[in-house]
Amino acid sequence: MKLKTLLPLALAGAMVAGAAAADDVRIAMVPKSLGNAFFEAARDGGMEAAKEIGGVEIIFNAPAVVTAEGQIEVINALIAQRVDAIVVSSNDPDALVPISKKAMQRGIKVMSFDSAIAPDGRMLHLHPATAPGAAKSMLEMTVDAIGPEGEIAIVSETPQSTNQNEWIAEMEKLLATEEFSGLKLVQTAYGMGQSDKSYRETIALLRRYPDLKAIIAPSTVAISAAAKAVEDQGMVGKVYVTGLGLPSELAGYVHNGSVKSFAIWNPIDLGYAATYLAYDLIQNDGAKAGDTLDAGRMGSFTLDDKLETSLPQPFIYDATNVDEFAEIF
Amino acid sequence: MSVSHEAPADLPAPPTLSVGKILRSRELVLIGLLAMVFIGGNASSPWFLDIYNLLDSTAIFSEIALMALGTALVIITRDIDISMASILALSSLVMGLASQHLGLGAVPLVLIGLATGALCGAVNGTLVARLGMPAIVVTIGTMSLFRGIAAGILGDGKIAEFPTAFTAIGQSYLFGMIPLSFVVFILLSVVFVVLTHFTVLGRNLFALGNNPEGARYSGVRTNRLRFLLFTLNGLMAGLAAVFLTARLGSTRPDIAMGLEMEVITMVVLGGVSISGGKGTITGVVLAALVIGFLRLAVTLNNVPGNILIVFTGLLLIGSVALPIIGEKYAYLFKLMRRPRN
Repeated sequence: MKLKTLLPLALAGAMVAGAAAADDVRIAMVPKSLGNAFFEAARDGGMEAAKEIGGVEIIFNAPAVVTAEGQIEVINALIAQRVDAIVVSSNDPDALVPISKKAMQRGIKVMSFDSAIAPDGRMLHLHPATAPGAAKSMLEMTVDAIGPEGEIAIVSETPQSTNQNEWIAEMEKLLATEEFSGLKLVQTAYGMGQSDKSYRETIALLRRYPDLKAIIAPSTVAISAAAKAVEDQGMVGKVYVTGLGLPSELAGYVHNGSVKSFAIWNPIDLGYAATYLAYDLIQNDGAKAGDTLDAGRMGSFTLDDKLETSLPQPFIYDATNVDEFAEIF
Repeated sequence: MSVSHEAPADLPAPPTLSVGKILRSRELVLIGLLAMVFIGGNASSPWFLDIYNLLDSTAIFSEIALMALGTALVIITRDIDISMASILALSSLVMGLASQHLGLGAVPLVLIGLATGALCGAVNGTLVARLGMPAIVVTIGTMSLFRGIAAGILGDGKIAEFPTAFTAIGQSYLFGMIPLSFVVFILLSVVFVVLTHFTVLGRNLFALGNNPEGARYSGVRTNRLRFLLFTLNGLMAGLAAVFLTARLGSTRPDIAMGLEMEVITMVVLGGVSISGGKGTITGVVLAALVIGFLRLAVTLNNVPGNILIVFTGLLLIGSVALPIIGEKYAYLFKLMRRPRN
């Protein structure tokens, strides 16, 4: 696997850098709030990266309530401790700008991950996934479940949902290519972000298209509703549901067979990559558009002209790993 | 409740603050607590005893402390106000709208913020003092009302368009190290100490708090006084809104959510009796410093936020319990000595 070849390289690189830095590097991770399993998994990813790099200490702290003011208090204390970098999943993109600017003025590297700080207040932002990456994953999972040919349908949120529309547009582009030419998209239905509506829309699709083989639901609400509809209609094994969902909500459907695999951002990878990028910012004393930054086993990340980058593809969950992650989020 | 037999007639003679009184009272406990916070902070973090860090952290609690000054007076007169944080939110929103749509400069924005706060306070004051409604009922209502108006106007949105001259109010420092909000807090504290403890107006506050009927029959215009105090408290919330909005450089309807409890915690820790008639501004100022620096010490150790609130709770209960325990022991000590005499 890639990991095995990359690991020694990363370690070697880290040792050289570590020797140059000599002292311990302190990277602070400030999630939206505490007690959120998603961010605890991100912290574990950060710890993994810190261990790999060596000589890096991870500070993980957040306010008790999900507010920008609480995060500002935490960041203020981190500035006082003169940490080397602060990685934030922001509760408010604008309200954090003044405190982040102050941190940067004092030589601290500030970046955001998951939820962005406005461009003025950070040196880079790490998105959890790109739209093309998410779209490609969903089609690949479909092929994995039903083979390269067959009728498929989409159950989305609302006709106005920005993210979903972007993913659907990317899927339509990919369907026009050679790789996915055997898949035939028969209809896009809208569950309006509600469980019961998504459920009814799925049943309507199942009745209308008897040859339907897969339903793609790029929405955490729609995917579990669609899987339930497939099970209730006794179509398990005939129609597969895939898309974007949460392991804790979908583990049951994976075991029953209505869902073979699904995707969502992996918080461990996100925290891991964010920590690596923060370390790169410290080593390179900042970053500019076009820079390519190393991130250990996650490969490398290139910053676009808005100083943003993202994890390549969402993480795939199936029967082999869903239970492990169901306990996390 | 009172254990002491020779409970002094607590109708305060002028002035209501003296060196002797400070030494016997809550202030001493608070100074002790402050010393403990400094010792503990220094022992637990190498970053605590740094004048820049200490002063920097005052920006975090000065807005709350400003509101505590006004709320202390309201509570001394047996009233209560829990709408301050919502007044702050509405004032902040009105400033935001004025900045976004009218493109006003810093000075008019500040005046608008203060005026909105005072107006909201006057609404509370009118309902409480003129219509005779209970303060707790009125301010529970306006707490929802004021924030509801802000949420209704802005929804999930936010306003981030403020002139730099305005945001500088919340982000600049006197002598490059003291946040402006803390400077204003200290100056206003002095004004509040003088007003409350060295003037006739101040004595009227305590008279009203100790015995409303008595105060009224002694010629204190109690309703006018209560109205003024609620208006003043609104004004202080407006001032806090100026500093917080400028510090964040933006506003949203859920700004300062839940801050009213932190304000009341500060006031009660400062020794103001929740049943009225008792308390000092110096106590409230000390309490602000104790809470503020405790929070700094705790966050500097990267203690999770949900444990931070445990510390504040323990501090509050402990500081109220200590003098009571002290009094009890002093009383027992007296009893033990009496037979020998």
